[in-house]
Amino acid sequence: MSDKNLDLHLKVWKQDGPKAEGHFIDYEAKSVSTDMSFLEMLDVVNEDLISTGKEPIEFDHDCREGICGTCSLVINGEPHGPQKATTTCQLHMRTFDNGDTIYIEPFRAKAFPVIKDLVVDRSAFDRIIQSGGYISVATGNAPDAHAVPVEKAKSDDAFMSAACIGCGACVAACKNASASLFTAAKISHLAAFPQGQPERTLRAQRMVAQMDEEQFGACTNTGACSAACPKEISLENIARMNREYLKSNI
Amino acid sequence: MFDEKLTILMTNQAQSNIKLMCIGKLSCIIEYELKENKMNRKYLASTIGRKQLIGVAGLGLSLFILTHMLGNLLLFLGDGGEAYNRYAHALTSNKLIYVAEAGLLFIFCAHIVFATYTTFKNRQARPVKYKKVAKGEKKTSWAHKTMMHQGIIILIFVVFHLITFKYGTFYSVSYNGETMRDLYNLVVEVFQSPYYVAFYVFTVLLLGLHVGHGLASSIKTLGFNDPKYNLKIERLGQAYAFLVTAGFAAQPIYIYIFK
Repeated sequence: MSDKNLDLHLKVWKQDGPKAEGHFIDYEAKSVSTDMSFLEMLDVVNEDLISTGKEPIEFDHDCREGICGTCSLVINGEPHGPQKATTTCQLHMRTFDNGDTIYIEPFRAKAFPVIKDLVVDRSAFDRIIQSGGYISVATGNAPDAHAVPVEKAKSDDAFMSAACIGCGACVAACKNASASLFTAAKISHLAAFPQGQPERTLRAQRMVAQMDEEQFGACTNTGACSAACPKEISLENIARMNREYLKSNI
Repeated sequence: MFDEKLTILMTNQAQSNIKLMCIGKLSCIIEYELKENKMNRKYLASTIGRKQLIGVAGLGLSLFILTHMLGNLLLFLGDGGEAYNRYAHALTSNKLIYVAEAGLLFIFCAHIVFATYTTFKNRQARPVKYKKVAKGEKKTSWAHKTMMHQGIIILIFVVFHLITFKYGTFYSVSYNGETMRDLYNLVVEVFQSPYYVAFYVFTVLLLGLHVGHGLASSIKTLGFNDPKYNLKIERLGQAYAFLVTAGFAAQPIYIYIFK
């Protein structure tokens, strides 16, 4: 355990609603333990605000163990903060230095409208999934575990893609606010499996169409999405999606 | 019958298994949906379709740039520009040049129009900008962010370039009784201006930056990304960019200093 405490200057985006004008508000976070997570630090700030009758900072969170994809935040311009392969809830205050000024902004994209402060509406992702992120299965008894053999290499690839927790950091990191990495991870995850073959063409068509309809930008292959991804989803997925989409048009 | 199916199931590859299991009806539904939605027609309206077109056009332009640069190397032969002039003459006197020029103009315009449209759409995708820009590993490189600006400068350059050379002063020269345009003379004349040389070299450096990213990115956009080859593709892009930049930049510098 560290006994070092930090005094931090926070500049937090406050916005009353989707249509309201937002602006930064300064907060002071005094004697923050370096063992706290970033969200715990915000909890402490919020408790202070509540106890003094002020409005707390709204932010998204759920499991706080880095697997649900609910927490967000762009910290000093970086989705989920400066550390690689980390969600905001798993980012610890020891990453920061005493006296640091920290800008906290919501994930910014037209497709992710701000609900309040740092909370954004990511249901665009749900609609992309609904458009084609499924497979058809015969109902009835559970199938035999090995009825459909899957090659090891393909299964590994699919698992790597399936690690996506749908947090939206890829969109937040992309200069074009593109949802390519997310959509590509879902498309390549299902395209790798034999179970995903029947809808393969339709899936690529529909998910890409939905992605565009939500007004996400296009991919420039900068790789910022993959660098910001807490699950380190590889850029290869995007090429796979491009391939799937091209094939589905031929 | 059941036994038959079971044997096939157990012996065949995974892919054919699932085809057997996912009853024919399903694929009928999918084919019907595809036809009903007429999705194929929307290819160029989709972000991926547009990017793939930009990429293919960009690859075509890269090929042109390479041949243009290689042809220009004839300037260095030291034969008073004879080989260079003959090469230019051979190109322009061929009737096929109109077809080639039309094709080039078409892909050039397609690249610009689609890239501009996509860039504006991309900007609209983030109406409120971030106050802070990422610094560490999560940042986007400056070269990637300014593709559009690089493109604009290159376009301005191309217009100037055509006005100066293609539609510039017509000098004549005769080799063994064959009269042709003395393009070499014009080139030497133009490159006496240090401003033009500076503008030329600057743009060629930008062009290197532009194609360096563009080449590797186009290949990924077209669907090829394999960790085994990625580094090689990146290197290919860089090598190509270096070759083109060095080849082009050497010409005005050489002429400015030695001619």
